[in-house]
Amino acid sequence: MNPRLDMDRIIDDRRTRIIVCCGSGGVGKTTAAAAIGLRAAERGRQTCVLTVDPARRLAQSMGLSSLDNTPRLIEGIDPASGGSMHAMMLDMKRTFDEIVEAHADPQRAAQILANPFYQSLSSSFAGTQEYMAMEKLGQLRRSDEWDLIVVDTPPSRSALDFLDAPERLGRFLDGRLIRVLTTPARATRPFTKVLNAGFSVMTGALTKLLGAQVLRDAQTFVTAFDTMFGGFRERADATYRLLQAPGTSFLVVAAPEPDALREASYFVERLDEERMPLAGLILNRVHRSPLPRLSAARSLAAAETLDSIPNEGVAPAGANGHAVTAAALRLHAERMSLSEREQRVAGAFTSAHPAVPVLEVPALPVDVHDLAGLRRIGAAMGPATEGREL
Amino acid sequence: MTARDTDWDGVRLHVVTGKGGTGKTTVAAALALALAHTGRKVLLIEAEGRQGIARLFDRPPLPYEERKIAIGPGEADDGRDPGGDVYALAIDPEGALLDYLQMFYNMRSAGHVLTRLGLVDFATTIAPGLSDVLVTGKATEAARRRQQGGGYVYDSVVLDAPPTGRIGRFLNVTAEVSGLAKVGPIRTHADTVARVIKSPQTAVHFVSILEEMPVQETLDGIAELRGIAGMQVGGVVINMARPAVLSREELKAPPDTEMMASALAAAGLRNTDALATALSGELAEHTGQLEVQDRERTELEAAGQPIYTLPMIAEGIDLAALHRLAAELRDQGAA
Repeated sequence: MNPRLDMDRIIDDRRTRIIVCCGSGGVGKTTAAAAIGLRAAERGRQTCVLTVDPARRLAQSMGLSSLDNTPRLIEGIDPASGGSMHAMMLDMKRTFDEIVEAHADPQRAAQILANPFYQSLSSSFAGTQEYMAMEKLGQLRRSDEWDLIVVDTPPSRSALDFLDAPERLGRFLDGRLIRVLTTPARATRPFTKVLNAGFSVMTGALTKLLGAQVLRDAQTFVTAFDTMFGGFRERADATYRLLQAPGTSFLVVAAPEPDALREASYFVERLDEERMPLAGLILNRVHRSPLPRLSAARSLAAAETLDSIPNEGVAPAGANGHAVTAAALRLHAERMSLSEREQRVAGAFTSAHPAVPVLEVPALPVDVHDLAGLRRIGAAMGPATEGREL
Repeated sequence: MTARDTDWDGVRLHVVTGKGGTGKTTVAAALALALAHTGRKVLLIEAEGRQGIARLFDRPPLPYEERKIAIGPGEADDGRDPGGDVYALAIDPEGALLDYLQMFYNMRSAGHVLTRLGLVDFATTIAPGLSDVLVTGKATEAARRRQQGGGYVYDSVVLDAPPTGRIGRFLNVTAEVSGLAKVGPIRTHADTVARVIKSPQTAVHFVSILEEMPVQETLDGIAELRGIAGMQVGGVVINMARPAVLSREELKAPPDTEMMASALAAAGLRNTDALATALSGELAEHTGQLEVQDRERTELEAAGQPIYTLPMIAEGIDLAALHRLAAELRDQGAA
């Protein structure tokens, strides 16, 4: 039996400065991050929730018509404990632009921002969103305006992308490869002959693939961007170290589905390798019956018995009493088998990682619409008794 | 035979998208099975390298190679439908790039060297749309591929595409690439791909579940694709729908717990008062869920696309469940 993840202990601990929510897409990660931010705020923390791709509905649930690249104060937080909550949504292009503007003189910055290669890189390169999420996290942390930052990681195929992509973009931007390829003049410096031959094959292949114009755009970009290159790798490294530091807690969010839990498993193993502090697993949207002692099999059997005996001596108003009861029993049986399957699937994770604290958050019958809904999810993360009301 | 009309008779490439967690891959696999009847040959392509298809069909991870993974059910009782074949292919951008180099420049072995030097990373980074073009390019190539003698190799191709949030960008390859490559071979390739994607031969189906956020995303996705000239929006597959256990009218009246308790006693259960209370609570929750489902279904219907409904399978998805879903899709006219 895995220990229960004690969310309140984590958010009440003033040394916790960053909580990172990871997991594959569609598991309710963003909602979980917002619920944690809200619960922490109402327990006295100055929180900022950094989200990457919230559904419009979720922004609305926090009372905002939209979220932008600046932290916005969320109204309606219970002020009794002296906490507050801000939320912001990452605009990766804007964040990238800001880095450029901060590090290049105005003329050069304008030149970079107008470059087609830069525009494409800053709005659609696969690792840019992750890199900029890390960058923003670093900025928020350094500003010291909040004592707890809750980050919701970008929706990607794999939860690991969050850890790998920034490094990839950093490596790409700082890489020799891009310079050699895009600035042939430099390649003539005594590299090695073999490499040079390899690179010229590559340049040829790239020209074939993309046409010469793409390479020219990239070359212009590299020339203008030159002075900033070294910085990117360093920044990525600095944020990476921030994630390894005490004060950071990783939460892996998963739905009780095989794919989501497999991703969660990979991620847990990876965090361990990287010596990054894992707080635990949030098993989200779990279906539980209030009547766990009536098994699916017994419930179905009872329904069948009812089908076979006629209604006896009941008032006309209750003529279908047996039918209703049989239907309720079948519904219960379905719910029990869903719940059994979820437990079986979750068992594959928990038995492989017996030391990882786990917190089950029940599936809500309806979507979250407002702060009250987020508060209910937060309550389900609190002590076991508080969550029972759900 | 089976001159039976389906909703998508002229379509050769079925693109399946959906929000994460809606069961997009499951539905794509079920659709491929449904299409594989009467000796038809169907290719099921996985675009995102998760090996979800291999797991669904209980096979070892798929290589970058078209392999037969299942046979379509056929209709054994009349003996006239022998079933068909489902082939599967897991595409990754790297394999697709090598394939492309081989197909157009006959340089596969050089390609391997280039891969080691980091070409794929570089090429897909320098032109972010490139890997999408290569993946969609592979799908359209399979859909158009002909045997000696002229017939198509595959009667249908089903593409398990990226999630709804990225589908517009993924499919609108020309726009994506033209930002960078205004001329050149990739541009030409992208134009060829776009001609197939933006033709009546291709339909984009959306998978949703009856909850607010996935429905909203589906509607946004449909609107986005309608904004791209020539793109054909296909059907909306409602997945994991919970059928009503009683009629809406019967559910409207709150259950009489006393009556339920006596019925439970008649069925031989004990502690019937507590049971009845808990069961009527579950029934009320079910009623609430149905209300949400009905509302969300109305929202989806307003989009005006054909709707197919697949039931929630509480035991989880295995091969038998896939066949069951495929039969549903066939019965409802999706294939």
